[in-house]
Amino acid sequence: MAKSNSAEARAGWLLAAPPAVYAALLLAAPLATVLLYSVLTGEKGAVSTPFTLSNYAEILSKPVYKAVMWRSLYVSMLVTLTTVLLAYPIAYFVSFHVSPSKKSLWLFLITIPFWTSYIIRVSLWRTILGYDGIIDSTLISTGLMDSQLNILSNGVISIIITLSHAYAPFAVLPIFVSLEKVERPLLEAGQDLGESKLMTFLRVTLPLSMPGVIAAVLIVFIPTVGDYVTPELIGGGKTPMVANLIESQMLKQRDQAMGSALAVTAMLIVGIVSVVFVLMNRRFIGGQK
Amino acid sequence: MSKAPALRLYALVYLLVLYAPIIVLPIFAFNDNTVVSFPLRGFTTQWFGEMWADPNLRIALKNSLIIALSTATLATVLGVFAARSSVRYAWPGKAPVMGMIMLPLVLPEMIVAMALLVVLLSIGVPLSIFTIILGHVLICMPFAVAILTSAFQSLDRSLEEAATDLGETAWGTFRLIVLPLVMPGILASFLITFTISIDEFIISNFLGSGRPVLSVYIFGQFRFPAKVPSMLALGTVLVAFSVCLLATAEYFRRRGIAKAGGKDTGGFL
Repeated sequence: MAKSNSAEARAGWLLAAPPAVYAALLLAAPLATVLLYSVLTGEKGAVSTPFTLSNYAEILSKPVYKAVMWRSLYVSMLVTLTTVLLAYPIAYFVSFHVSPSKKSLWLFLITIPFWTSYIIRVSLWRTILGYDGIIDSTLISTGLMDSQLNILSNGVISIIITLSHAYAPFAVLPIFVSLEKVERPLLEAGQDLGESKLMTFLRVTLPLSMPGVIAAVLIVFIPTVGDYVTPELIGGGKTPMVANLIESQMLKQRDQAMGSALAVTAMLIVGIVSVVFVLMNRRFIGGQK
Repeated sequence: MSKAPALRLYALVYLLVLYAPIIVLPIFAFNDNTVVSFPLRGFTTQWFGEMWADPNLRIALKNSLIIALSTATLATVLGVFAARSSVRYAWPGKAPVMGMIMLPLVLPEMIVAMALLVVLLSIGVPLSIFTIILGHVLICMPFAVAILTSAFQSLDRSLEEAATDLGETAWGTFRLIVLPLVMPGILASFLITFTISIDEFIISNFLGSGRPVLSVYIFGQFRFPAKVPSMLALGTVLVAFSVCLLATAEYFRRRGIAKAGGKDTGGFL
């Protein structure tokens, strides 16, 4: 038995080796390099010893860096909040009010926009929200408004609209999956025992679907913090977020050490916020499996 | 199923907003006006002609196709290895190794791109189409693994055992029994990774050192207001193409599940 186990382990290892080696060389090694660079001294296009924490000290002390980090954090938190709040009812609708044979179709419909070019979708929001764009011209030609709203001139709001739209399917799917697992007899039991529909939802359905909500929050929050295209195209470079800052340090200032330190800091912040969020919601996750 | 008119209305509005940009695309791609705003001015196919007349588009398209075909092939092959190994065999260290392979799903792309860029520059690899492919395979692999894992999971283990009992070699069993049954999953993975690679911007932009590929070309052109209508025309073509590819991928995925006698559990993600 032990022999066949080790043979199986060897076969598994051999099979997994090509993708594992690929990921190790092209992901783990580069990430390790970034970590190393972040504690070196950077000059134009080069890094040198001695080891130093001055890059991190600069990030903590310079108001520019702090401002961009804060903006990335609160913009992505607002995006996450908007996306998840708007996604919950639709996930609920598909899970509870769509006949089982049509559920796949609804999910497919919700995911299609995600698979069309991100660049094109983001650029389109610019023409939709911009001065005399589609929203402005619609409001004016229908007589609802007599001057341009020019939503695009408000960088943060435009970024939030664009990102919430882009990440919608990511929020709907995990919530839907967790709602599907809610056992329907539990809800009937709740109502048979005299709970109102609203109370049944608040006391049974919502807590049972929290694992999906938590997954949705993380899936939306983590990539939006590091989004580059939307602040660049929608914010017009005036409202940079952390990815834009990393890019400008790495390529425009050619300071790879500082760029690396910013990347590490961003990953740390995302990691800490995510862990704190999961810990805060620990009681919903336990006992689900 | 109970009726819930308010929820149903909300769902329809939600879908409408979700599709708003995609609906806007063809409307203004065929609109006879350089400015993208209402009211509409009449029908024209001028923007499609203008779009195709730009030689840079054709270079970018060719580069993107080379990159996407190579990426889809490599990512799917590597994905087959990872998915087969993780579904079929138990081995020590599986969780961290699979975690590392899936990691690009939760890392901001900018960080993946910059980390790769730093390493490539420090060991002196010149940036080219090849370096874009390297990056694309990395970020497409998790999607391939996810799709292929569900394909391998719905495979009935006893079919393989039967083939082995009847004297087939391990490779023979894989080629004659396993491969045909997971073929729909392989096709779906190929189509999805192809679509991701064509659309990807950050790695194409920073690991390509100015090599024109479609997404980078579109990003650049959208900065010129005069180019917007022809970009909407290009977008219309690309969206129509993506939707066809995805519908095909979804068809194969469902057929694969049906073939293996499994139960459909929803979308790709």
